[in-house]
Amino acid sequence: MSTDREIVIGLEIHAQLRTASKLFSSASTRFGAEPNTQVSAVDLGLPGVLPVPNREVVAHAIRLGTALGAPIAERSVFARKNYFYPDLPKGYQISQMALPIVGPGHLDVDLPDGTPKRVRITRAHLEEDAGKSVHDRIPGASAIDLNRAGTPLLEIVSEPDLRSAAEAVAYARQMHALVRWIGVCDGNMQEGSFRCDANVSLRPHGQETLGTRTEIKNLNSFRFLERAILHEVERQNEVLDEGGRVVQETRLYDPDRDETRAMRSKEEANDYRYFPDPDLPPLLVDAAFIARVRDTMPELQAVRRRRFVEQLGIGADDAVQLVGERELADGFEALIAAGAPPGLSANWLLGEVSGALNRSGGGFATMPMTPARLAGLLCRIDDGTVSGKIAKRVFETMWSGDETADAIIEREGLRQISDRGAIESLVDEIMAAHPDQVAEYRAGKTKLMGFLVGAAMKASRGQANPGELNAALKRRLDSP
Amino acid sequence: MNASVEPDGRAVPADPSAPHTLSLHEQAAALAAGTLSGVELVQHALARIERLDPALNSVLCTDPERALARAADADAARARGEAGALCGLPLVHKDIFCTSGLPTTCGSRMLAGYRSPITATAVARLEAAGAITLGKANMDEFAMGSSGENSAFGATGNPWRAGTVPGGSSSGSAALIAARLAPLATATDTGGSIRQPAAFCGVTGIKPTYGRVSRYGMIAFASSFDQGGVIATTAQDCALALGAMAGLDANDATSSDADVPDWAAALGDPADGATRLDGLRIGVPEAFFGDGLDETVAVRVREALSTLAGLGATLVPVELPNQRFGIPAYYVIAPAEASSNLSRFDGVRFGHRCDDAVDLQDLYTRSRAEGFGAEVQRRILIGTHVLSAGYYDACYLRAQRVRRLIADDFERAFGSVDVIAGPTAPGVAFARGANSGDPVAMYLNDLYTVAANLCGLPAMSLPCGFAHGMPVGLQLIGRAFDEGTLLRTAHRYQQESDWHRWMPTGAILPDTSRART
Repeated sequence: MSTDREIVIGLEIHAQLRTASKLFSSASTRFGAEPNTQVSAVDLGLPGVLPVPNREVVAHAIRLGTALGAPIAERSVFARKNYFYPDLPKGYQISQMALPIVGPGHLDVDLPDGTPKRVRITRAHLEEDAGKSVHDRIPGASAIDLNRAGTPLLEIVSEPDLRSAAEAVAYARQMHALVRWIGVCDGNMQEGSFRCDANVSLRPHGQETLGTRTEIKNLNSFRFLERAILHEVERQNEVLDEGGRVVQETRLYDPDRDETRAMRSKEEANDYRYFPDPDLPPLLVDAAFIARVRDTMPELQAVRRRRFVEQLGIGADDAVQLVGERELADGFEALIAAGAPPGLSANWLLGEVSGALNRSGGGFATMPMTPARLAGLLCRIDDGTVSGKIAKRVFETMWSGDETADAIIEREGLRQISDRGAIESLVDEIMAAHPDQVAEYRAGKTKLMGFLVGAAMKASRGQANPGELNAALKRRLDSP
Repeated sequence: MNASVEPDGRAVPADPSAPHTLSLHEQAAALAAGTLSGVELVQHALARIERLDPALNSVLCTDPERALARAADADAARARGEAGALCGLPLVHKDIFCTSGLPTTCGSRMLAGYRSPITATAVARLEAAGAITLGKANMDEFAMGSSGENSAFGATGNPWRAGTVPGGSSSGSAALIAARLAPLATATDTGGSIRQPAAFCGVTGIKPTYGRVSRYGMIAFASSFDQGGVIATTAQDCALALGAMAGLDANDATSSDADVPDWAAALGDPADGATRLDGLRIGVPEAFFGDGLDETVAVRVREALSTLAGLGATLVPVELPNQRFGIPAYYVIAPAEASSNLSRFDGVRFGHRCDDAVDLQDLYTRSRAEGFGAEVQRRILIGTHVLSAGYYDACYLRAQRVRRLIADDFERAFGSVDVIAGPTAPGVAFARGANSGDPVAMYLNDLYTVAANLCGLPAMSLPCGFAHGMPVGLQLIGRAFDEGTLLRTAHRYQQESDWHRWMPTGAILPDTSRART
């Protein structure tokens, strides 16, 4: 009976912005340093210190807002969210409340079944991260690491437009790809650079008003996001099936036990006493600056994918993969710019190159050869100098050295044999060496063709042009 | 109080053999002339603090060794021809300014023994100009108070009469200037904390325009009001010191990039005949002379206005229709900001921590209950209340609208006048304990001063005589970033009067003027 109800989900995504220093101090944002080594007097909230905004974050917010088709507020206001917690040094978090920097927008998402869906974005605002409470470091006590305190975040709030865990994951993945694509966030989920809060509620199908929601905090993987939502939906369904009411509360997902549990309910929730931060004048962004940042934006993922399909003739699935990573898409374009044919480039990037990168364990950025060098090989395949099979051998040599494809082909004598005379004499040689098989073929056992082609290939050390060889052999066998 | 009581003091002429009778400006001239050294000035000031301050409790700590070493450095710099504007001149900092070399307590048990790793920009700039830090001045805890009685380290006395308060919150700064323990003290003003104690102690203080002096390293009470300034004996001294402190600071996003004029130079030399105020229009709001103002104080202030008129200024009546809403608006917004600013004092990273906390809640509750005094706790409670869901619109937002209305009043008034003048405080220094049980009566001390903070305007207080034997302050309020006109007006007045030369010579300060210590 739980299937009667419609699932309603909205996500709040916290994307850590790629900046060298913190939102309001000059301390480094590098992840993984020794605890409390990247902390300035400002991050510690010492008496007398004041926040000074890092203007780097503004360009990031403009990029995201632009990608979401959202207006950028020329005047946004930092506010204080007041609550006490040991990892919040000042006793308040500086965030944006009434006047966020990014207004309403949308993100177009491809759902798992292939249908497109437009998810509305309510807003995105700048805020500082808190530190970390570490409960397993010192026996019997909690420790505080303030390295993360003050790290800049963009909180991206969606409308409750998502209707299943799978839709929520598709949206989060799309947003994840986007923030990495436009370079505002490194997207490293293990390090917490990209994490989600899910607001989940149920309502009878056809009902307009939203049901009571719960908020599941701090989901730092797509799998946890999916599991947490599935569990929460099941739990709320059970509550409602038993005639109960869902209580508005904050819940935590425990991946070890694979369940959500209540953190605090609204009744005992903090009154955050938001008010404009008097230490910070309104954040002003002029139209000219917005325009300058927009001019430096990369072509968006979806636009690029469409161009790959429509202008370069790449298959839809390959195009999706090619724009999966900004470096990969850029690499693809660089290959084409260096003269490689688009189809072959796509096949190689998604095949040989991806495979080699997987084996070496690095992303596209770690590829040991320039697009121009790889393009040199692809051109030799395209003009028939080497076969695809030989090209793979050449590629391996290129991977571990710095020679060009042409140099390797010449040095190792790998040029494909397409010359008619050479192919004819190869065919003569093979037929002479295998008289029985020739006779049997001619007697009707035509599948011996494969054996003879294989023998000829072997004799040519793989260099015979397979098309030419097949044609010549068939011609000779069929006309004695 | 009896209006006929005579002040226990007198106008003391400058006597180079008793350096404390010299203003900052006069001490600077003596240093430049080589008749006094920085070391001598510092020794003299330290000796006076040691001898006279036990009766006042205006200074919380000194560092004689460091001060003397720096004074020797200053003298050496001067000998090399590298003297900054304040080279070798001693001063005391209100203990709200962080100083990495000295304790910084903000008058609170919460910060007893606290040493800040940072130095306030204002302090650093004064030191860069050559000033020598003697020590730190007592103050009402976290700058909350109008009597100097709210310090965790004991109340400060008013050198004009034993048993009276010096005003607050810059209680130590004003009292030590009145007692001539040093020629200059830094101070801060959130709702009148420079001007009211300056008035109560018969000295001159300026609160510049909001944003003029960096708030970096100045422990925040109410961030949108707090402004650093100075207390000295004369407007000329204030001009000299303010010039060294003011200006844009990358560490304070609310600091202003407005040009910093050379205020001291602009005051000119009386020998040039620059002694008149012809053309100056002084606005006199009737709202500053209404109910609650002591009659004798009113008489003194009107006499001062007559003196200014005699110098060529025109007195113009102005309307400040929303003046009476200043106190309520201020006592909503300032505590709101304070409640948040003071959240960082949680016993976790620095400051007072209670013993044997059983859990986090206990740690917070007891550390804060033990560390903060009653007035601070009262304002945190008020501030938390007015920001709470359900009260925010009715209290905080409404108060912000009132703030806007008051600012509009001043903007209108400044369309027709250059300065607005009136009393600094409704009365003179009161007896210790007189207002302790009545916070509202205490808050009314700020009746005439909060407006300048609500609007971010520059304002100053200068002595203009005595009532009931205690000093009276004349307040001048100026247009934003027009400290120059305030200082000029005050300076001309001080060229015409000698109230700034009056020193207490009573029981608290025996043989003050003649002592060579």
